[in-house]
Amino acid sequence: MNLVKKQIPITLAFFIGMFMWLQNYLPNHDVQEIYRTINLWSLIIIGFTLIVGIYSLLNHHAQKIKRKTPQWGFSVVVYIAMFTMVGAGLIDSKHMEAGGPLMWLFDNMQVPMQSTMFSILAFYIVSAAYRAFRARTKEATILLVTAIVVMLGRVPIGEVMFGKGLPVFTEWLLATPSMAAQRGILLGVGLAAIATALRIIFGIERTYMGGGGD
Amino acid sequence: MDTFMANTVLFAQLIPDRITEIYANLPADQHITWIYNPTMHWIGIWIAALLTFAMYSFLYKDNVVYKFAEHLYVGISVGYFICITWFNVMKPNLYDPLFTDFSYNKILIIPALFGVSMLFRLSRQYSWISRYGLAYMVASGAGLAIPAMIQAMILRHMWSTFVPLWGGQTGYTFMSIFSSIVIIVGVLSVLIYFFFSLEHKGAIGKISQVGILYLMVTFGTAFGYTVMARISLLIGRMQFLLEQWMGRQLG
Repeated sequence: MNLVKKQIPITLAFFIGMFMWLQNYLPNHDVQEIYRTINLWSLIIIGFTLIVGIYSLLNHHAQKIKRKTPQWGFSVVVYIAMFTMVGAGLIDSKHMEAGGPLMWLFDNMQVPMQSTMFSILAFYIVSAAYRAFRARTKEATILLVTAIVVMLGRVPIGEVMFGKGLPVFTEWLLATPSMAAQRGILLGVGLAAIATALRIIFGIERTYMGGGGD
Repeated sequence: MDTFMANTVLFAQLIPDRITEIYANLPADQHITWIYNPTMHWIGIWIAALLTFAMYSFLYKDNVVYKFAEHLYVGISVGYFICITWFNVMKPNLYDPLFTDFSYNKILIIPALFGVSMLFRLSRQYSWISRYGLAYMVASGAGLAIPAMIQAMILRHMWSTFVPLWGGQTGYTFMSIFSSIVIIVGVLSVLIYFFFSLEHKGAIGKISQVGILYLMVTFGTAFGYTVMARISLLIGRMQFLLEQWMGRQLG
């Protein structure tokens, strides 16, 4: 049973991972065709994972409705909204094109709510900045000054207040010291990602398999 | 002209594609098309405005109206994601090929089985079956990541960092030479800061301190950009309310 539960998935991961890595160096038509097929199949599998997520969400809200927990009515709203959207998509002859009910709901409900929700952060980020950025240390001062310089240097009022040098300095700040630190971080991220990918392919890293017995 | 039509015409004047005009020029059989229908457009603007206020009501305190909008947003987003996945991924790549020409596309049963294996994640007893789908997905991503990371994260950044101080692409100006030195010092000091195999004492400690200063500059710029992005969203919502909903001409 260990073979079916553990060894075969690890072997599958090894062959799929090795192929996807090595295909990069093999510009052969057949190899690239297999690569495209594997990619397409991945997309299909990811589509199925959506069912798991939806079940989890619906189950969570179904339990709330069933147990009549406080404010369970909002869980009904989730159900109605989701099924309305799916229904709009299914009856929509144009499907994802503009002009149908699905995109009408998307444009007039999801887009405004999404951008409003993220814009609320503009208010909270100011209060968070006040608490976090009180220039107590050298490092906090640098962070605070850089943030202010970037904010003022990217808008016309900055140039009006401090002259043309501010936008130029902002550009330099972004393209030089900020870029240098980002490169340091990204080099580290790249090396770590390669190490993790190799560990997955060679079956050393198995945490993605989760529980479910040995 | 009633208020509704006045608002519609005013709005049509404000936006570039002139909805009412387009609608009027459409053939009669296409008048039911929702987005070009002025009534539906006007209703849409009212819904969007009310939902915007519902979301902003959280600034006062957590309340019933906000909770309603929040749950509505969750439901709408999930529903939209389902439609996107179905119409863009599952239908054209799995459903249509299997149900139009099964004998030619029967190979697609394999990814379908891998996909179905993912559903066993919900069962405590048989969750191990999902390992097949997971192994396929995770390993294909890992395999793709190796050459992509080498090219995009390692080689490209090293190529851009270790450039001649003068001559070549950098030229001879004082500023370009100075900037190149600042970049090299920054990259090396940040890498040393993240190198935990050596204790950060003595020279290593001092270099990693320089790395921290560089990191603070990066975090400051990232924070500045985040604030600006959020404020630009706020401006967008205010513009929507003033221009489209209230019909005020700005600027």
